[in-house]
Amino acid sequence: MLKIHDLHVRAGGHEILKGLSLSVKAGEVHAIMGPNGAGKSTLGNVLAGREGYEVTSGTVEYEGRDLLALAPEERAAAGVFLAFQYPVEIPGVNNTYFLRAALNAQRRRRGEAELDSMQFLKRVREKLAVLHLKDDLLHRAVNEGFSGGEKKRNEIFQLALLEPKLAILDETDSGLDIDALKMVADGVNAMRDAQRAFVVITHYQRLLDYIVPDFVHVLADGRIVESGDRTLALKLEEHGYAWIAGREPAGAG
Amino acid sequence: MASALLESLLDAPIPAAGTAPAEPRAAARARLAREGLPGARDEAWKYTSLRALAQRRFTDGDCGALARAVDARRCGVPGIEGPRLVFVNGVFRADLSDLPVQAGLSILRLGEQPAAFDAALRARSNSAASEDAFALLNTALAVDGVLLRVAGGARVERPVQLVFAGAPAESDVAWHLRLRIEMGESSALQVIEQHVDAEMNAHLANRVLDAEIAAGARLELLQLQTAAADASVMRTSRFALDEGALLSMHAVETGARLARHALAIDLRGRGARFVARGVFALQGRQHADTQLAVVHAARDTASDVAWRGVADQRARGVFRGAITVAAGADGADAQLSSRNLLLSAEAEIDTQPVLEIHADEVKAAHGATVGQLDERALFYLRSRGLPLAEARRLLVAAFCGAVLGDLPPLQRAAADAALATRVPMLESAA
Repeated sequence: MLKIHDLHVRAGGHEILKGLSLSVKAGEVHAIMGPNGAGKSTLGNVLAGREGYEVTSGTVEYEGRDLLALAPEERAAAGVFLAFQYPVEIPGVNNTYFLRAALNAQRRRRGEAELDSMQFLKRVREKLAVLHLKDDLLHRAVNEGFSGGEKKRNEIFQLALLEPKLAILDETDSGLDIDALKMVADGVNAMRDAQRAFVVITHYQRLLDYIVPDFVHVLADGRIVESGDRTLALKLEEHGYAWIAGREPAGAG
Repeated sequence: MASALLESLLDAPIPAAGTAPAEPRAAARARLAREGLPGARDEAWKYTSLRALAQRRFTDGDCGALARAVDARRCGVPGIEGPRLVFVNGVFRADLSDLPVQAGLSILRLGEQPAAFDAALRARSNSAASEDAFALLNTALAVDGVLLRVAGGARVERPVQLVFAGAPAESDVAWHLRLRIEMGESSALQVIEQHVDAEMNAHLANRVLDAEIAAGARLELLQLQTAAADASVMRTSRFALDEGALLSMHAVETGARLARHALAIDLRGRGARFVARGVFALQGRQHADTQLAVVHAARDTASDVAWRGVADQRARGVFRGAITVAAGADGADAQLSSRNLLLSAEAEIDTQPVLEIHADEVKAAHGATVGQLDERALFYLRSRGLPLAEARRLLVAAFCGAVLGDLPPLQRAAADAALATRVPMLESAA
């Protein structure tokens, strides 16, 4: 599904990613762990198409297409979703209106029929029920005045509603208490299936107790330096990131 | 400034006797002849050049106006019943208007009431407001207008709609209408003023409004200016508020090549309040200038102004909000904010909040910003699948809609529709 090969990215005058390679197949959950400043968020942003990141070399192939050539909205329609580390507050734009416009824009681009408001609301109710969310977030402006936890839950709600094929979670666990963390994990676990892949970017092992990954990669200084199964996360937890310092880059996971 | 505009209009004969008094007209003519149109050195016209307009010639009034085809559906806010006066190219059209009786409200056509017209031309509601060239031109040339008079204690149930429509004519027409609102004590009135254009024209609309709001009275005013892209719309609005009176206004301005609105609000009675929410959205080479002057002349008066502006392409917006708190007007509370959005590198918005305080115990705050769309918000919307253009429109609509939140639903829908002429996709974004 996703093949990142030798990706080099500059941002703000610095090289952030220095030859990152990663391969993700449908149905897999990959965790990317790493210390602050390793380039974790850069990876998520580059995959989603945020401006301000210069890809100096390397390729990103998504379902056989050059992902980097697509605009952010084209990536979304193709099934790529980024759950933001810092979801943006957008005063004056109603959450429900926004989500319906977004979903229908994706469907138009894919040549699918748009959902009318009844069909859309039905889908919304289903997803809310699965996530045990209250519907008050539907009536509010996008993320406006949401607490940190509410913003993250809203990201997972959007994830559930838009049903992407590749979901990238950028430190979705940061700032969450244990209940919110479980809810986020439940939401993700409910969506795991053979057609969908997840890339879970996190600083802490804690989230991986609830979202159990198939693969764990350690990102340090712009490269993946170690890959393994979930036990790698436990090792990191035990030894800290200092443990991986000085290791040579590993092959693609 | 010597001008073809003034020549073309003032060389025409003085309007027929009987329609309006000659004396105020002659005085206005004399001043215009002496002073001409304001130029760039005039502080109030610093950001709005009249050079192009001054070089154009206009016909005073449209003698064919009664026969002009106008889309009646565009005249008035859909769903709102009540009195509706429609003027086409400045001429009253009984066939498009509707004048049901409203308890406590009398509606007079100034063209039919010489005595009332005389009074309307002489009595300026707000003596502090300067009389600019277009107000003078209006005094010199207006041959019709409307007087709305509300009896003391009357709360008029349905809004009065004043619709000014432009329609193509054989030449570019200038029209001048006088509006006057007289509200008795503790009365209430809603007025909706619309400038609409069914089709392209390059007319010059020039209307003057004076409103006297007596003690405890409440005037709610909604102004929707969606004139044709080549039209010019000049407006002067002067309000005087007595003790405990309230003026609540919403303004949406998206029309005209050149628009200027000079508003002067005199809070002369203790506890009088002025609340204003306005937004302009411009594109192409449109130019819109709002000049707002609020005077707190009495104790415990309050003004609360929030204005927003959006300019795209090569458009230019001007907002000047001047608040004066006179000596002795202690307890005054003045809030003014002007927030603006530039959508292109060539667009320009000049905003100028001015506070002048001569009293001691005053609460005053003002702020002005000019910025661009939030890139983070744009990316967020796009990352969920919204195309760039749609994401931009959604953010612009939300920005504009922020000052329209307290309108009732039908009025809100009309305001959104007015904005949608410049910001498509506005419908139900909020």
